[in-house]
Amino acid sequence: MITTQSFPIEKEIKNRSITVSQHVVEIVSDSGEGAQKAGQSFGSISAKMGNGVWTVEIIPAEIQPPARSRAGASGIRIRIGSEKVTNMGDHANLVVALNEQVLYGRIAQDAYTKDTVILLENKWALKNKEEYTTALADFNAKGFKVIEIPMEAECMKYVSDAKKGKNMWVLGMLCEIYNRDITKAEDQIREVFKKKSEKVFEDNVNLLHGGYNWAKENLDLNFEIPPPENAGDQIVMNGNEAMAMGVMAAGIEVCAMYPITPATSISHKLAECFENAGGIVHQAEDEIAAIGFAIGSSYAGKTALTVTSGPGLALKTEFIGLAVMAEVPLVIIDVQRGGPSTGLPTKVEQGDLLAALYGEAGDAPKIIIAPSTIEECFHFVIKARKLAEQFRSPVFILSDTNLATGVSPFPRPKINVESFASPIDQSTWDKNVSPFDWDPKTGISKRPIPGQKDGMYTLTGLAHDEDSKVAYEPEINQKSSEARSRKIAAVLQTLKPPVVNGDESGDLLLVGWGSTKGAIEEAVATARKSGVKVSSLHLHFLSPMEPGLEDIFKKFKKVKTVELNYSDTIGDPLITKKSRRYAQLAWLLRAHTLVDVDCYSNVFGQPINPSKVLDMIKEKLK
Amino acid sequence: MLELTHDDLCNMSHGETAFSIDDYKKGVPRWCPGCGDNSVLNSVQKLCKDKQLVPEKTVFVSGIGCSSRFPHYMNTYGFHGLHGRAFPVAEGVKFRRPDLNVFVITGDGDCCSIGTAHWIHAIRYNMNMTVLLLDNSIYGLTKKQTSPTSATGTKSNTHPKGSVLPPINPIQTTLSVSNASFVAQTVDWKPAHVFETIKAAYEHPGFSFVRVIQRCPKFMGDLYETTIADQSALTLLTHENGIKLDEKAEKSFKNIIQHNPSDINKGREYAEMKDSIPIGLFYQNKNAPRYDEYGAHNIGMPVTERITAINKELDKYAV
Ligand SMILES: Cc1ncc(C[n+]2csc(CCOP(=O)(O)OP(=O)(O)O)c2C)c(N)n1
Ligand code: SF4
Ligand SMILES: [Mg+2]
Repeated sequence: MITTQSFPIEKEIKNRSITVSQHVVEIVSDSGEGAQKAGQSFGSISAKMGNGVWTVEIIPAEIQPPARSRAGASGIRIRIGSEKVTNMGDHANLVVALNEQVLYGRIAQDAYTKDTVILLENKWALKNKEEYTTALADFNAKGFKVIEIPMEAECMKYVSDAKKGKNMWVLGMLCEIYNRDITKAEDQIREVFKKKSEKVFEDNVNLLHGGYNWAKENLDLNFEIPPPENAGDQIVMNGNEAMAMGVMAAGIEVCAMYPITPATSISHKLAECFENAGGIVHQAEDEIAAIGFAIGSSYAGKTALTVTSGPGLALKTEFIGLAVMAEVPLVIIDVQRGGPSTGLPTKVEQGDLLAALYGEAGDAPKIIIAPSTIEECFHFVIKARKLAEQFRSPVFILSDTNLATGVSPFPRPKINVESFASPIDQSTWDKNVSPFDWDPKTGISKRPIPGQKDGMYTLTGLAHDEDSKVAYEPEINQKSSEARSRKIAAVLQTLKPPVVNGDESGDLLLVGWGSTKGAIEEAVATARKSGVKVSSLHLHFLSPMEPGLEDIFKKFKKVKTVELNYSDTIGDPLITKKSRRYAQLAWLLRAHTLVDVDCYSNVFGQPINPSKVLDMIKEKLK
Repeated sequence: MLELTHDDLCNMSHGETAFSIDDYKKGVPRWCPGCGDNSVLNSVQKLCKDKQLVPEKTVFVSGIGCSSRFPHYMNTYGFHGLHGRAFPVAEGVKFRRPDLNVFVITGDGDCCSIGTAHWIHAIRYNMNMTVLLLDNSIYGLTKKQTSPTSATGTKSNTHPKGSVLPPINPIQTTLSVSNASFVAQTVDWKPAHVFETIKAAYEHPGFSFVRVIQRCPKFMGDLYETTIADQSALTLLTHENGIKLDEKAEKSFKNIIQHNPSDINKGREYAEMKDSIPIGLFYQNKNAPRYDEYGAHNIGMPVTERITAINKELDKYAV
């Protein structure tokens, strides 16, 4: 575990090389300058050299903000470590900026600190002299170490239009600064430009070497981030790609969707890979049709998938209610973004937990799981598919923007037959078994699938009896509701209490879910080093809620959730302990355990970083 | 592409004795006496028997409404889903299971109001399924509200003084969507025509849209009484490539027009007929592209091949 530190210079090895255990690098630019492509490549190359990596995209709110605007900061953050990296870290150590204005945007987001090294494109010194000079003075006053670099001028030595390709020159420069393997970088460029001509590839390789050589000759900056001895067989991808690979490995063959950020790229990956790996992406006319299509396909076959985000989830609720009522297996991936309404399409939030749990009219119990790492994005799809079929229920996977776009390496999963759905059962159905033959203890029943002789029934969203006959008798509705609810209790029987990270008792227990795990655990590790009695717990099942929580909570003086969704702050106008609206998991845990669970949350739309959690821990234990 | 024909796929009987009409019946329909839905149910059951559809390989998908109760009276698989959403469900069924016979039963509120977006796109997808729009020009189940197909001036519980807007013409609307491939109309009180229309629809390789003008004695009273009494109130569109009646049945029509169903412009013209209700086949194109064929091309690949492909994909991400 890497713990939080600022500019961790540890020891010098050669004249100019410094060994560090981790570094946070950013490339920021106007949008459309290829910063993300360069950063992702840099991350991949680093992962391929065995380093721990985590990348986060820096996305402006608008699709095409004006050039050199402070709100238009676009780019990427890449955190590289000697060990596994689980989150985006704190202040950046080194930043490449293609203009000085976008840096202001990042400064406002508290991305930099004293001593952050800034490699700045200097062409603006002529073009926008006044703004540039003012900015330099501002940056120096903040203690940043600014190095001005003639990036465009250097690129013009290789190409006639520096707009295309400056990113690869920057990649070359970073490769030299961090001693990255230049042949791996070339391979990476080949992959990036595989659909382009040989000439384009050559130009970009020349730019790569140009940046590399320039840095070698002109910069007195060189960092060594040694990879761990043996990282094993690893793959590196983002959470949405991992999700898509999980879908294929689960043997799911139908994904019905309607495009929505940040979920769409799962379907892009699937559309590409299904061609060889079997399966079809159906782009429906809207989200309602998408889930209806998936349900129809599940009903007549095997568990299908729909992927969406906030506004799409809202549209799907009526069909989710039907899937619960008629017990149709279904996997719903919700890549959460900022809400409510259209909200913050490109930003992270964990705001759909209660909507997923309680969004439908009436009582609609269902299974909800949340991966906390990119690796889990892969494995949880397989888990979800199995749960959906076994418990004849819709299963939610709650991911978020931070997991969706974050890139990190993880052990390569073994793909085996067991993870695949078995073929559609077409054997003759036992006439004596009803289509809803609810087990009195678990509520579980087996479903007939069209094509099965003697299994004919009419599925309905109306209240129905075991034979799927529309039933208005009050006892039948009570009985069928009990059966559906009991399935959730039956899932709970299969779960073990979660394991506490740190001591099993202490002053403070932080509880999280989803993508915040890395940051929380890093902060807890740092705090524990300085003797603070803090531990953390991360939940992966949210419905049913994991067992044993009350007993775990009782061993801590205080329990507090860390979440990326809205909660009131006591002390704000009108907000008291009585009037306070809590963060979403906190509400659930309070109801569930009757423990006075507190919460720490915000809706800045940014991934949480360890130092913020650390500050909160210190504050809470004052 | 499917190599087997639709009939090969859907109706490979499992060596049983032939199915009788009773094999397709289930329960006692709870529609009002005189409700036009009864007549459609009879014709559909007759079609199933004539075509010897294997009950377990046949799925009736519906929305919500009086008409959408239909699947409960068929001894086949059924999916009585959400108001307005029968099409997406039926598409999912057909996409995943090209070997099943898929029927969609929908009402005028279900199809032409809450489900309009799905209706339009279902036409365009042109998946092989038979669609029966049971159009009583009113919301039956919810007790007499104006429907998009209610004639101007229809008095209902939401427009006590009479509806104000001109109705949607479902035939014209369907004809105007690109990739429409089978568009027909019939009336519930001409059972022979209902049967022949549903049969032609079933035989059509694609999305066959049939609007059945349906009586709702409960809420629309004697709306069609004069139409039924007056022989010239209906116009029969017929053609050797269209929907044909036997001589006896044809005799009950005064107005008969020869209409070649490949002529979409003429079809549109007839759809606008004002003083008589045109019934028959307005348009048919057996070669319109079908989305279910696109779906079928990549489903059911052997697991070993899929594992190889997934591993190949993972190689690209290998560190
Ligand atoms: C989302 C939703 N909105 C409203 C309803 C209430 N509702 C049920 S059926 C219906 C209209 C039925 O009219 P139509 O489709 O013409 O069928 P009919 O009963 O006339 O056969 C309505 C509004 C519903 N079930 N679901
Ligand atoms: S209300 Fe009308 S449509 Fe409904 S069953 Fe009665 S007659 Fe038929
Ligand atoms: Mg109606």
